[in-house]
Amino acid sequence: MSYSRKKLGKWLRALSAWVLAALLFFPLAWLFLTAFKTELQAIADPPLVAFAPTLENFAEVQVRSNYLLYARNSLITSVASTLLGLALALSAAYSMAFFPTRRTRGILMWMLSTKMMPAVGALVPLYVIAQKTGLLDSLTLLTLVFTLINLPIIVWMIYSALKDIPHEILEAARMDGAKLWGEFRNVVLPLTRGGIASTGLLCLVLSWNEAFWSLNLTSARAGTLAALIASYSNPEGLFWAKLSAASLIAIAPIMVFGWFSQKQLIQGMTFGAVK
Amino acid sequence: MFRLKKLIPLFIAALAPAALAFSQPTEIVVAAVNNGQIIDMQRLTSHFEQANPDIKVTWVTLEENTLRQRVTTDIATKGGQFDVMTIGSYEAALWSTKGWLLPIETDESYDVDDLLPVIRDAVSHEGQLYALPFYGEASMLYYRKDLADKLGFVMPDNPTWEQVREFIQKAHDPEHGIYGVGLRGQPGWGANMAFLTPLVHTFGGQFFDMNWKPAINTPAWEQAIGFYVDIMKKYGPPGSTSNNFNEVLALFNEGKCAVWVDATSAALFVSDPAQSKVHDKVAFATSPTGPSSKGALWIFSWNLAVPASTKKAEAAQRFAKWATSKEYVRLVAQEKGWHLVPTGTRKSTYEIPEFQAAAPFAKTEQRILNGIKSLDDQTEAPSPYKGLQYVVIPEFQAIGTGVGQHISAALAGKTTVKKALEASQKLAEREMRKAGYYKK
Repeated sequence: MSYSRKKLGKWLRALSAWVLAALLFFPLAWLFLTAFKTELQAIADPPLVAFAPTLENFAEVQVRSNYLLYARNSLITSVASTLLGLALALSAAYSMAFFPTRRTRGILMWMLSTKMMPAVGALVPLYVIAQKTGLLDSLTLLTLVFTLINLPIIVWMIYSALKDIPHEILEAARMDGAKLWGEFRNVVLPLTRGGIASTGLLCLVLSWNEAFWSLNLTSARAGTLAALIASYSNPEGLFWAKLSAASLIAIAPIMVFGWFSQKQLIQGMTFGAVK
Repeated sequence: MFRLKKLIPLFIAALAPAALAFSQPTEIVVAAVNNGQIIDMQRLTSHFEQANPDIKVTWVTLEENTLRQRVTTDIATKGGQFDVMTIGSYEAALWSTKGWLLPIETDESYDVDDLLPVIRDAVSHEGQLYALPFYGEASMLYYRKDLADKLGFVMPDNPTWEQVREFIQKAHDPEHGIYGVGLRGQPGWGANMAFLTPLVHTFGGQFFDMNWKPAINTPAWEQAIGFYVDIMKKYGPPGSTSNNFNEVLALFNEGKCAVWVDATSAALFVSDPAQSKVHDKVAFATSPTGPSSKGALWIFSWNLAVPASTKKAEAAQRFAKWATSKEYVRLVAQEKGWHLVPTGTRKSTYEIPEFQAAAPFAKTEQRILNGIKSLDDQTEAPSPYKGLQYVVIPEFQAIGTGVGQHISAALAGKTTVKKALEASQKLAEREMRKAGYYKK
């Protein structure tokens, strides 16, 4: 009795996991299918599942926009902002984790609170600052903005990773004569490599997919792939197939990347919050 | 610390190439809406660059709402990111008075008198042009000729809403997948209100009286909106509150609506065999009129404007003139076909026999556009405002969208028409008071 009930429970769990996975995966699968349809097939009712695939949407996107430019911008801004963010967050989290003051908790909360403001509230001031400093439509500006919007999350994640290091290990290292940099490089970094890697991955994904700022702070030169997608939705005329094709080539690189680094990503998403 | 220091110059070096932009020819950046005809313009830009080797054109095409937000941010902060912008006639009217747009001087070869007077008026301020119209549209009635023939119904060229209602009622056959009428229902000043404002005008209503007091809780509004909600509930497709231009277009193209009233720009799509199942069954007429002979039509244009913040005014204006010239119309015809030329801006386009032959809707469209005489004689009683499907004041976006939401709620059956209009009146009064039009 208890054996079969256990078995049933196992089956039920497996089934619900599959159903949930299918639900989450469906929009992506549909996006993939639609990208290879003609515009008329895309709006067909009832929806088509079997059809002769076409590459015309990809050709259209290629003709209308310079995909490689957008892809290069996405790559540069997401990698650079991740590295810069990690560098800043590591030092901030280091001091907060190992030399806490009575304000540390408050500072951490305050950092997180900046994520609660709607981004559009800062649009006009930031736009004016960027315009005055000549940074509008530059990769430098986007990199800085991505770094800053992701910084609270990075600091929190790294802070939790550093908190896990027992104090005694650091004290032992200091006893052995390690200086700050040596302690950091030889003790702290190796112990938190997993946490840093998953934080970096998450930050990379967030920067890659950021759409509001990359759309509003760029015009002709610094747009990222997320901004490219905005060219293909359209309130006049048919656009589903073209939009799907543009979205597919915009998310493909980061999806492939995410597929290969699933393990680290999952660790990153769970290790901070639940502990 | 040593290694980190070493990394910083590397990091800067990696970013530097993006900051450098060589500028041999003058580069102008065009921010444009991604409608089909403007995408064609983007493709034909190489012709302009060949004829003007000193100019290089870079395109930023965006979806309409994103574009509006993007160019408004830029022009209001004098950001200077764009040298040419495609803007609607509403923005052109408002921005020209604020000094945000450069005035445009044209020479004889441009033939500015060839522009349709009412379209030209929409982008002028005190007689001075501030934007160049690229294509213009009015509203039009689309109906299924095959159904009309079967039912023995003859649609007049200038029908009234009562006549159209009769056809809607007869053609409504949901069991065979045909709804009598499809109309916009999605709330928004540029969505359902673009259709409803002219409907209210032709039913004798208006947005504001001569003292800028909102006049929404009036019998004329109640009749107009009551008529709309009634035919939509009885003969419309389900879920109309989420339908805008595109959604009704898709329904009509699938053969699911007998009647549709919307922009003339849809004529191209409904008569295109590649997009429409009813391309050979559709016929055209003027937007229906109500009890008042005035105000049944709307008019809209996409225009090329040069913002005052540009540093490349001459090159930008040269491009804007090229893209709105007679030669450009011929270029599109030659490269894409006569049925795809931008219309609704130049009288001469309608005189071209090849165009008349290629576009079945040409005659009706021309007749409609010629029928609109001015932008401020749209209401039965005198009104203080300019604009047919909108009111040219900055407050209108908020008011129009708010009113649109209340009417959409009435269409969804969440409230009555009367209550929706009362609420709309209050909302409009509050906005106008806040904006300082009157005190109490």
